[in-house]
Amino acid sequence: MDHKLESVLEGVENSDSSDKSSKKRKKEITADGYVAIANSQEFKSLVKKKNSFIVPVSIFFLLFYFTLPVLTSFTTVLNVKVIGDITLVWIFALAQFIMTWILCMTYVSKANKFDQEAESIIEKVKDGDY
Amino acid sequence: MGMSMIGIFFFVAIVGLTLFVTYLASKQTNSASEFYTAGGGLTGWQNGIAIAGDYLSAASFLGIAGAIALFGFDGFFYSIGYLVAYLVVLYIVAEPLRNLGRYTLADMITARFDQKKVRGTAAVSTIVIVLFYMIAQLVGAGGLIQLLLGIDYWVAVLLVGVMMTIYVLWGGMAATSWVQIIKAVLLMIGTVIISVMVLMKFNFNIIEMFNTMKTATPHGEGYLVAGAKYSNGVDTMSMMIALVLGTAGLPHILMRFFTVKDAKTARSSVVYATWIVGIFYILTIFLGFGAAAFVGSEKIIGANAAGNMAAPLLAQALGGDMLMSFICAVAFATILAVVAGLVLSGASAFAHDIYGQIIKKGKVTEKEQMKAARLASIGVAVFSIILALGAQTMNVAFLVSLAFCIAASANLPVIIYTIYYKKFNTTGAMAAMITGLVTALVLVVVSPNLWNPEGTAIFTGTALFPLTNPAIISVPAGFLAGWIGSLVGAKSDARKYAEVTVKANTGMK
Repeated sequence: MDHKLESVLEGVENSDSSDKSSKKRKKEITADGYVAIANSQEFKSLVKKKNSFIVPVSIFFLLFYFTLPVLTSFTTVLNVKVIGDITLVWIFALAQFIMTWILCMTYVSKANKFDQEAESIIEKVKDGDY
Repeated sequence: MGMSMIGIFFFVAIVGLTLFVTYLASKQTNSASEFYTAGGGLTGWQNGIAIAGDYLSAASFLGIAGAIALFGFDGFFYSIGYLVAYLVVLYIVAEPLRNLGRYTLADMITARFDQKKVRGTAAVSTIVIVLFYMIAQLVGAGGLIQLLLGIDYWVAVLLVGVMMTIYVLWGGMAATSWVQIIKAVLLMIGTVIISVMVLMKFNFNIIEMFNTMKTATPHGEGYLVAGAKYSNGVDTMSMMIALVLGTAGLPHILMRFFTVKDAKTARSSVVYATWIVGIFYILTIFLGFGAAAFVGSEKIIGANAAGNMAAPLLAQALGGDMLMSFICAVAFATILAVVAGLVLSGASAFAHDIYGQIIKKGKVTEKEQMKAARLASIGVAVFSIILALGAQTMNVAFLVSLAFCIAASANLPVIIYTIYYKKFNTTGAMAAMITGLVTALVLVVVSPNLWNPEGTAIFTGTALFPLTNPAIISVPAGFLAGWIGSLVGAKSDARKYAEVTVKANTGMK
C-alpha cells in the first residue's frame, strides 16, 4: 500500500511551529495522518534503511561482547601471552573499546544521512509539494 | 585518615562551587519543564559530560579501581560492560526515547499505551531501581566519608543527603546537570593525574608494567588473566548481561536525554559520553595496577575489605596528602552528582507520573506541578536517607548490580518492544514489566547474596538459586513475558503504532 502524503495534509496547517507567539495554532497531525505517513514509500524506505543498519550491527556488537566472557569462562585460549607479559585477554578487551568507539562514530555518520531523509519527510508533510 | 587543612579546603571549594551553580540555576527553574529537564536547553557536549558525570558513580571510580587492584583482569570486566552498554543506548534507545518522551520513561511507554496501569507500573519500576541505586550510593558515601573525614556514618549520610536535596530542590535539573559536569571534569583530571604518575613509575612502558604486575600480587601470573575472582562461568555471563543491558534501562540516565532539544542532540551527547566514559574506563587499569603495585593488596583490604579505598590510597602513595585530599574531594563530588540525579528521577516518577498524570489525570497547573515535584524530591531524599541509615552493613556492589539487573529485566524489554514490536499491546507491556521486576527481585532474595550455609550472608542456609546475579534468567523472562502477553492480549492498535513509529523515527511532533 502506497498512500500518498497528500492525505495527511488536510490535518496539518502550514505554520511555523516554533513561533509560539503566533496566534495561529498548529493543528495536530491526525491518527489517519500518521497512518498515511507510516505507509508512505519514503517513510518505509527510511525505516528499512535504518533497520538494515541497526539490527545487524547490534547483533554483531553483542556477539563480539559476549564472546569475551564466554572465552574466559569456558576456555583458556585468552591466557596466551602476546607481547611481553600482556595476555590475549587484555588485547581482546582493548578491542572492545576500539569497537565501541568505531561503531559510535559509524552510527553518527549513518544517522546524519537518516536525518536528511526524515527531514524531507517532515518538510513534505508541512508543505504539501509532494 | 585524618583531614589536613588542604583537604578541608578542597571539600569546602567543591561544596561552595556546587552551591554557587545551584544558586544560579535556581533563577531559571520556574516551571516543571525547567525543573525536570532544564527546559530541554542543554547542548550536546554539556549533556554528554553530564551523562558521564551521572554514570561514573563511586562504584565505578572507587569500586572498579579496587576490584582491578585486588583481582586483576576480573575487575576490568565491569569497565568493559559499562562501556559497551553505551552502544545499546546509542543504537537502540536514545533517539526514539527523546522523540517519544517528555520527562520520564513512563511518558515514552504511554505514548503508545495511554493507560494508568501501564504508567503506574513503569513509575513503580523506576522508583524501585532508583531506591536500590540510591541506597548503594548513600551507604558507599557514608562509609567513604566516615573513613576520610573521621566523622560518624550517620553524619556522613546526612551530609550527602542534605546536599543532594539542596541541589535538586532549588536548582532542579539545571543545577544537577552542572554539578554532574563539574564532577566529571574533576574526576577526569584526578584520574589522568594518577594514571600519568603510575605510568611514570613504569617509565611509560606498558610492557614493563605488565611484567611488574606478574609478581606484584598474591595471584602471581593469574592476576593478568581472567579467573582470579569469578570462577562460576554462568554467573559471570549473567553479570555481563546485566552490565551491558542495564544502562539502557536506568531511569536517571534515560532522563538525561530529555534535557536536550532533539534526537540529533541526544545522539551527539551519547557520543561525547562514550568518549569520556571510555577513556575513564581505560584509565581504571592504571588506577588498579598502580594501587596493587604501590599500595599493596594487604593495605588496601586493611582499609576496606571490598577494595574501595584503593584509589585514594594510591593517590597518597604517589602524591602525598595533597593529592589524596584532592582525590577524596573528587570522590565526594562524584557521589553528590550521582545521588542528585537519582533524587530527580525518583521525584519525577512520583510527582509527574503518579501524582500529575494518574491521580490528577494531567490536569495540574504549573504551580501545582512544581510544588509536587519539590515535595516528591524531599520525600525521595528523606526516605532513602532513612533506608541508608539502616543499611550500613549491606554490600554496595551487590545493590548496584541489582539495580542494573532490574533495569535490564523490567525496563529494557518494554522500551524495545514499544519502539520496534508492532503487535506489542497493553497486556504485553504489563507482563514484561511485572515479570522482569518480580523475577529479578525474587531470584535475588533466594540467591547466595542473602543466603550462606556458614552464616556469612544475611540469612543462614543454602540459597535456592545458585547465581549471585539473576540477569541470565530475569532478562529473557522479561522479553518472553512481553511477547507471550502480546500474543494472548487484545489486538494492538495499529494506528497508534503508526504514530509511535513515525514520531520515533522522524521526531515529528
